[in-house]
Amino acid sequence: MAVLNEEQEMLRDMAREWAVNESPVPEFRKVRASGDPEAFDRSAYATMAEMGWTGVIIPEEHGGSDFGWLSAGLVVEELGKTLTASPLVMNTVAASAIILGGSDEQKAKYLPRLASGEMIATLAVDEGAKHDPSAIETSVSGGKISGSKAFVHEAHGADLFVVAATDGLYLVEKGDGVSLTTRRLTDQRSHADITFDGAAADKLAGGGDSLLDDVLDRARVLTAAEMLGMAQQVFDTTLEYLKQRVQFNQVLATFQALQHRMADLFADLAQMRSAVEGGLQAVDSGFGVARAATIAKAEANRVLHTISNQGIQLHGGIGMTDEYDVGFYLKRARVLEASFGSSGWLKDRFAKLSDY
Amino acid sequence: MATQRQSEVLSDDEAFREEVQAFLRDNFPEELKNKGNLLAGVDGPTDESTTQEAWRKAVGKRGWGTPTWPKEYGGGGLTKAQAKIIDQEFAKAGAYNPIGGMGVMMFGPTLLEYGSEEQKREHIPPITRGEIRWCQGYSEPNAGSDLANLQTFAEDKGDHYVVNGQKTWTSGGQWADKCFAIVRTDKSDKHKGISFMLIDMDAPGVEVRPITMISGTSPFCETFFTDVKVPKANLVGEEGQGWTIGKRLLQHERTNIAGGGRLASMMGGSLGDLARKHCETDANGELADKVLRDKVADFEIRWSSFLLTARRAVEESKAQGGVSEISSVLKKLGTKLSQERSELLIEIRGLQGLGWEGDSFSDSEIEAVRAWLFGKAATIYGGSTEIQNNIISKRVLGMLDHQ
Repeated sequence: MAVLNEEQEMLRDMAREWAVNESPVPEFRKVRASGDPEAFDRSAYATMAEMGWTGVIIPEEHGGSDFGWLSAGLVVEELGKTLTASPLVMNTVAASAIILGGSDEQKAKYLPRLASGEMIATLAVDEGAKHDPSAIETSVSGGKISGSKAFVHEAHGADLFVVAATDGLYLVEKGDGVSLTTRRLTDQRSHADITFDGAAADKLAGGGDSLLDDVLDRARVLTAAEMLGMAQQVFDTTLEYLKQRVQFNQVLATFQALQHRMADLFADLAQMRSAVEGGLQAVDSGFGVARAATIAKAEANRVLHTISNQGIQLHGGIGMTDEYDVGFYLKRARVLEASFGSSGWLKDRFAKLSDY
Repeated sequence: MATQRQSEVLSDDEAFREEVQAFLRDNFPEELKNKGNLLAGVDGPTDESTTQEAWRKAVGKRGWGTPTWPKEYGGGGLTKAQAKIIDQEFAKAGAYNPIGGMGVMMFGPTLLEYGSEEQKREHIPPITRGEIRWCQGYSEPNAGSDLANLQTFAEDKGDHYVVNGQKTWTSGGQWADKCFAIVRTDKSDKHKGISFMLIDMDAPGVEVRPITMISGTSPFCETFFTDVKVPKANLVGEEGQGWTIGKRLLQHERTNIAGGGRLASMMGGSLGDLARKHCETDANGELADKVLRDKVADFEIRWSSFLLTARRAVEESKAQGGVSEISSVLKKLGTKLSQERSELLIEIRGLQGLGWEGDSFSDSEIEAVRAWLFGKAATIYGGSTEIQNNIISKRVLGMLDHQ
């Protein structure tokens, strides 16, 4: 755990307490059972907004607290531990696009509402099943946007879309010319393909040529923070389970084969935490963001992949049941691994950034 | 006010930086530039040239080879920030630290903590001047990972001990002047029967036989003790305290083995750069072998997060005023990654990267091969990876002992 200041510790403790008491995994089960494609609890999200979590990276003049990305990551990590279903990550990333690329008018119009939770935004970049920001065909002409986006996270609850087009990022409000097709993925969260057919689009004209990359890097580090919470939780739960499950008249934790596997996972988790916190801190400092974000998401992918698999294996048969939570983490893990850069894509980017 | 205070601190540091730069200008000989003695501790006696000797003495005189050790014993008496400045400026000038070896890395810090005043006055100053080489008498043929099983016995003869037994894997034993050893003074208690003592390598009854390793070098020895007289003044701490002191010393060893920054600087440039130099590239300047490219990137990402982990361990230790729980994973991770890097270095060069000897291979190619082979020891010594896994699972994760 990075060394935190007092504000950050309070924020983390508050998030931890709320997640454990008010938003444990049974709350996610309720969301799942409702079958609502929006897939989150609006009243829970309103509470999160009241606690200021929707405005952590938004400047104070626009209604946020401007605590920064490490702070946002702390909240997201705690919520990831209990699989809290909410558009918080996507809303934060979308807000960052407006902060980086928006005009004063756009900032004044949207940021206070995103910070208060009154409005929800998300990011729509990819047009296929695989992350590829270089393959965008959606285009804008005369202020009207046309094209399609695939597997957009938190699309159902969003009032505002930050959309990548051939010539930059645009703000598109839900309404005429925006239609959603639900894509139910294994994580049972909100995903949809979106067709834009002449909807009004307002360009984010600032932020320079790297705006899309900069926003995606923020998506990578914050997604990685959610993954960190998930990996930590699976590890902790599995360790606890090994300490109480008895076979051959012994608790499983006494078996060296399992001890060493847990030591390996512990070391992996340490690497993942360093990488994720390093990514968040890089965004806060503004130095080496592309590289740090690539490392953060690549390590998050690698380690969560392993831990989510080992979580099932080490729980044995019970880990295969729907009644047990560990399977939910596996299913959410794969969706996040494939979003904003698979391991292969990230390694390619890392090599490019390093000139080989 | 805070900013003012900060700027004063900064200017102090800047003044010190200039002092170091001036020292380097006056004392560091151009001909030694970018030549290290990184492996001097294990790689043999450096037949010191006059220039090298002058450089060693200049650094030793200031205590800057051991910058944070107390001045009264010959150290630099400097802060960590100043020590860092020395590191940085030396690196910039291509200057190596001529004061090194096990005396600096392991024995010195331990003696400063546990030694008597007389012992510190006798032993620490020669270390700070690089005059004495120390070796480590720990492992025995039947006490490797199970180190406390050691049998070398020191019999109490009143004013001295008589030591009999055999140590092995004594790094640099053939060149060492002295040995810090853990030996048995009581056969009735496995851990409490161990004492920590200092043995002269030229004392009668000490015999050293170098062991040739798979790398072709002989950095390790077997050391035999036959009726070796050791004065009682050479006992560090109390009789029976040897296991505690010995373990403390191993912590210094592990920190040094893992020590991210140093390891990184030893490892030289990025693997990607090397790969581009030795392998075909495509029209985009990317490595044409996409499988190798993926492997290199995969390694470099994990290596980066290891460096971040090492940094985090330091920050957490500082903030908590104690050792961070992730320190326990650094040795395990760092040694594994450095082995992986060596493998990739070989792979990048193809068969040209497997040269054993001869003019058709460059020095750096031969060195890479020897380092690759010798590097296999890193996951064995200093507590093998398996022992680290035991420590992590039992002490950190609280998994129980086998019943």
